[in-house]
Amino acid sequence: MASITIEAITKTFGTVPVLNDIDLSIADGEFVVLVGPSGCGKSTLLRMIAGLEDITAGEIRIDDRRINEVAPKDRDIAMVFQSYALYPHMTVADNMSYSLKLRKTAKERIAEAVGAAAGKLGLDPLLARRPKALSGGQRQRVAMGRAIVRHPKAFLFDEPLSNLDARLREQMRAEIKRLHKSIGATSVYVTHDQIEAMTLADRIVAMHGGIIQQVGNPLDLYDRPANLFVAGFIGSPAMNFVEGHRRAGAIETDDGSKIAIPDGVQLAEGQAVTVGIRPEHVRIVAGPEAGSYAARVDLVEPTGFGTIVHVRLLGQDLKIYTLERGIAAVGQPLHIALDGARLHVFDRETTNRIG
Amino acid sequence: MTRKRIVLTLLHRLAVLAYVAFALFPLFWLLKVSVTPTSLLYTEGIRLWPSRASLEHYAFVLTHSSFPTFFLNSTIVSGATAVIVTIVASLAGYAMSRFVFRGKYWIVALLLLTQMFPLVMLIAPMFKMLSPLGLTNSLTGLVIVYVAFNVPFATFLMQSFFDGIPKDLEDAAMIDGATRFTAFRQIILPLTLPGIAATLGFVFTAAWSELLFALMLISGNQATTFPVGLLSFVSKFSVDFGQMMAAGVLALIPACLFFLLIQRYLVQGLTAGAVKG
Ligand SMILES: Nc1ncnc2c1ncn2[C@@H]1O[C@H](COP(=O)(O)OP(=O)(O)OP(=O)(O)O)[C@@H](O)[C@H]1O
Ligand SMILES: [Mg+2]
Repeated sequence: MASITIEAITKTFGTVPVLNDIDLSIADGEFVVLVGPSGCGKSTLLRMIAGLEDITAGEIRIDDRRINEVAPKDRDIAMVFQSYALYPHMTVADNMSYSLKLRKTAKERIAEAVGAAAGKLGLDPLLARRPKALSGGQRQRVAMGRAIVRHPKAFLFDEPLSNLDARLREQMRAEIKRLHKSIGATSVYVTHDQIEAMTLADRIVAMHGGIIQQVGNPLDLYDRPANLFVAGFIGSPAMNFVEGHRRAGAIETDDGSKIAIPDGVQLAEGQAVTVGIRPEHVRIVAGPEAGSYAARVDLVEPTGFGTIVHVRLLGQDLKIYTLERGIAAVGQPLHIALDGARLHVFDRETTNRIG
Repeated sequence: MTRKRIVLTLLHRLAVLAYVAFALFPLFWLLKVSVTPTSLLYTEGIRLWPSRASLEHYAFVLTHSSFPTFFLNSTIVSGATAVIVTIVASLAGYAMSRFVFRGKYWIVALLLLTQMFPLVMLIAPMFKMLSPLGLTNSLTGLVIVYVAFNVPFATFLMQSFFDGIPKDLEDAAMIDGATRFTAFRQIILPLTLPGIAATLGFVFTAAWSELLFALMLISGNQATTFPVGLLSFVSKFSVDFGQMMAAGVLALIPACLFFLLIQRYLVQGLTAGAVKG
């Protein structure tokens, strides 16, 4: 077990900057999830921690030991690859014991460790098989098994579940969480699936364009996104955004409607803002009331658990998430109210949160 | 299957058959002439099999000519060339496939450049270089020349095989605790066996049938390889076809054995299951 400190890390490939001045401290035993859109540098950061990519500038420490120049094999880290990267010419058992053999662990100890890991992951009946003869889910488990046999200082996961179907992914997600609870090892987990991020993380690191946008526990990012990027990235269905300006004590949207300024938000007259509201915080009300809007249903998407209702409002395709069924039919007029306490206001210039 | 499909399949099979027959016929003719007694060779006209077959040419070639020596020489030269080239090309091809290094562009360009000249142009300078070193008329000299001329292509060949192996595998091995060389030896190399077999086979046959340099650099019988030896059946006034063909058939044997040995790896898709798929 160990802590990982990333200090002022910068990475360029040739002249292409990929990571820019990344700072991050990961505590012993913490589960940190890196999220961000494709190409934002998540894998690169992970591979730098593993020692597979050179560090252009900055320092990475594991337990206060600088590891910039330490070879991957001496970092005592385990990694689960998106492709699983199982050794095709070795059996499952050999795949799992390879790292222990390289460390010249005694035979009995190896058998014991492989047996324990296989037991944890339900791999016992597969130990003699080659990866070729395994299903995708089984390969994924072997990849996990290979990581946990040797009790490394930290686990790195690079989108380990993205090649599985939705159902299996859900199952493995829970299993990873359970494993982390039982092993308690420091973990860095890369994904672009925000449900995985929300459910697994002690802390989420949201990245975009090689820069950390926000670090915090999942609900913090959900409730108080630091900027437009995080607000739009975290949450599904995604947050609604309405653009407007402050005029005469309210926010006037581009189509002329007004939104009351939430309590405690200071805006300059004429300031350009983007107002965010999550679909579950938009209410459908019975009739016109103070601050409600009239709209017409555009599209209805039942998800089983709830329903996503799209309406044209405030010059937008506004999404409403409701748990009530049969509440709206296409073309039907509706009255909509925004939950004032749940509004997010962002400065349109800086994209940062105002309140 | 519809009628049309059956006809098409039939035509396709026939075309393949015709091609195979065309490709194999010279080999058959080689065999046929080699078992035709000299007395019948010119008297029976053109027929597919002589009225009387005999192994007299084989017996003569094996007992009364230097061919056993020539075979041995060819085996030594081709085997050594194949092994050395494959080792060098594996290491070089791996570097080409995995690393970015200074001058890589120029090294590739140089390797390609060596493949652009007709070999005939190089014989005189080669001879001039090898002669003072005492490497003409020696098997070692031949091996050196063959290695030099086969390494570039073999390197590209091996590089393409390494390119086909996911980089994640050696990354995983290095994280598991292997040095890069251990990862190369224990993970990458076993997966490249089909490629190594192909390279070995390719270089072996190239060296086995090389005539030009062998002819120019070797003069004494004791270092003659078999393609040059074949020419000794051409004398000023006649060609002893029977013996020449018998020697030719015998010369096929090592190459066939070699491919038999490596064909297991040639057809094997070992990388299946490495990554998703
Ligand atoms: N070897 C390389 N040479 C040049 N550019 C590279 C190299 N590896 C990655 N990049 C670039 O670095 C950027 C970040 O890549 P990275 O793989 O870290 O993205 P990612 O966040 O993991 O994306 P994804 O979610 O698609 O996996 C990309 O724009 C990519 O094109
Ligand atoms: Mg990635």
